[in-house]
Amino acid sequence: MQISMAVNGDEVTREIEPRVLLVHFIRENLGLTGTHWGCDTSNCGTCVVLMDGQPVKSCTVLAAMADGHDIRTVEGLAVGGTLDPVQQGFMEEHGLQCGFCTPGMMLTARALLDRKPHPDDAEIRQAISGQICRCTGYATIVRSVQWAAAHPPGWDTETDAGTDDGGAAGTTAEEVTA
Amino acid sequence: MQIPAPFDYERASDVANALALLERHGPESRIIAGGHSLLPMMKLRLARPEWLIDINDLAELEFIRRDGEELRVGALTRHTALLESADVADLFPIIHDAEQVIADPVVRNRGTIGGSLCQADPAEDLSTVCDVLRAQAVIRGPDGERTVPMSDFHRGPYETAVAQNELLYEVRFAIRPRSGSAYEKVERRVGDWAVVAAGAAVGLAADGTVEEAAIGLTAVGLDGTIPEAEAVLLGQQPHEELFVEAARIAAAACHPVDDQRGPVDYKRHLADELTRRVLRRACARAAGAQEG
Repeated sequence: MQISMAVNGDEVTREIEPRVLLVHFIRENLGLTGTHWGCDTSNCGTCVVLMDGQPVKSCTVLAAMADGHDIRTVEGLAVGGTLDPVQQGFMEEHGLQCGFCTPGMMLTARALLDRKPHPDDAEIRQAISGQICRCTGYATIVRSVQWAAAHPPGWDTETDAGTDDGGAAGTTAEEVTA
Repeated sequence: MQIPAPFDYERASDVANALALLERHGPESRIIAGGHSLLPMMKLRLARPEWLIDINDLAELEFIRRDGEELRVGALTRHTALLESADVADLFPIIHDAEQVIADPVVRNRGTIGGSLCQADPAEDLSTVCDVLRAQAVIRGPDGERTVPMSDFHRGPYETAVAQNELLYEVRFAIRPRSGSAYEKVERRVGDWAVVAAGAAVGLAADGTVEEAAIGLTAVGLDGTIPEAEAVLLGQQPHEELFVEAARIAAAACHPVDDQRGPVDYKRHLADELTRRVLRRACARAAGAQEG
């Protein structure tokens, strides 16, 4: 069957078997290997992509079900060579060790911040509770998301907050922005 | 790599079309909604449909609507929508309690109430919730619409009253004054199936005595609610000794099995303890509703 969808803003059309899962379509048919494929049972969350802006586990969605929808993968986070604040936050706060869970974590974080620009730590932990970091780096992942919350897109061009960016570690977004 | 066996796929454009497709493709065709129960089973070859009929485009099945003395929930309503609904939290806190512990937030973006009920996994939370709320399932088929109480909806593990050529359309919950409900689950980790979970709903009379009571347990081999435990509460002012007695009866009535989630005596202990807790909370909520 033929399917078409927008992936990171580009319209793609491919001929597939109906049984192809979205994660394999993204990785193999489109060659976008930033989306990782892990447990295959919708437990680990490394395959999370955004479908119409909502995080979904792409190992448990058929590519056919995404026909006509808008998909965003980790490759679509950076815009014009500028990292998304979530990506920058993972660098600043050491939000990754082995990096396997990172694409899914960052996309869930992006969706959370789009809905709720200043979540508290509990809300971040809740949002990523369906995703597993086997390096157990949850504390730094939460800090990375808080860094992103404190540094929304364009933060460094609008204010002098850049001098305080190191201060985001271990503090809440409220403290940083207060 | 886990990939389902080959099948054909078609998207339904509306409910009538979904029913026509089920009719056309016959007994080996199945409806897919969120897919978070069906696709894992297809990967493991525990389910092997020849046709999947995708109903995700059927916006007419996605609603939470207060209609007189009923709350009507469309079958395609996502868990996330149920969790975020103020009407649901206000009228049926048991649904809100349960939705917080069904799978995880990402899975809840896809999974639906209709999918959960129709999959009818014995450890599934919303089946207990709907039993306890004495919900009505509205089923559509080639001969029109019929309404089935939850007690007739369940036919055992993975089986329901929905025939192969039918579709669950909506679930209806009766709104009662002075009522309260609660759900509590013990799970090994976020997103897991229940080791055991308990649900309760009570309705109080004007004098504060219990007029209606429903108690249900998840993942311990029960179909429907537990009338002998409910009877303990009826006509009485709610108090701790009644909760203890009802919980003792509920725990004795269930049939837990020893598995990787725990031994029988542990599960029976949980059934007892969780029943007490949900009765306390349901009655407190009902009393609060009375004041409000």
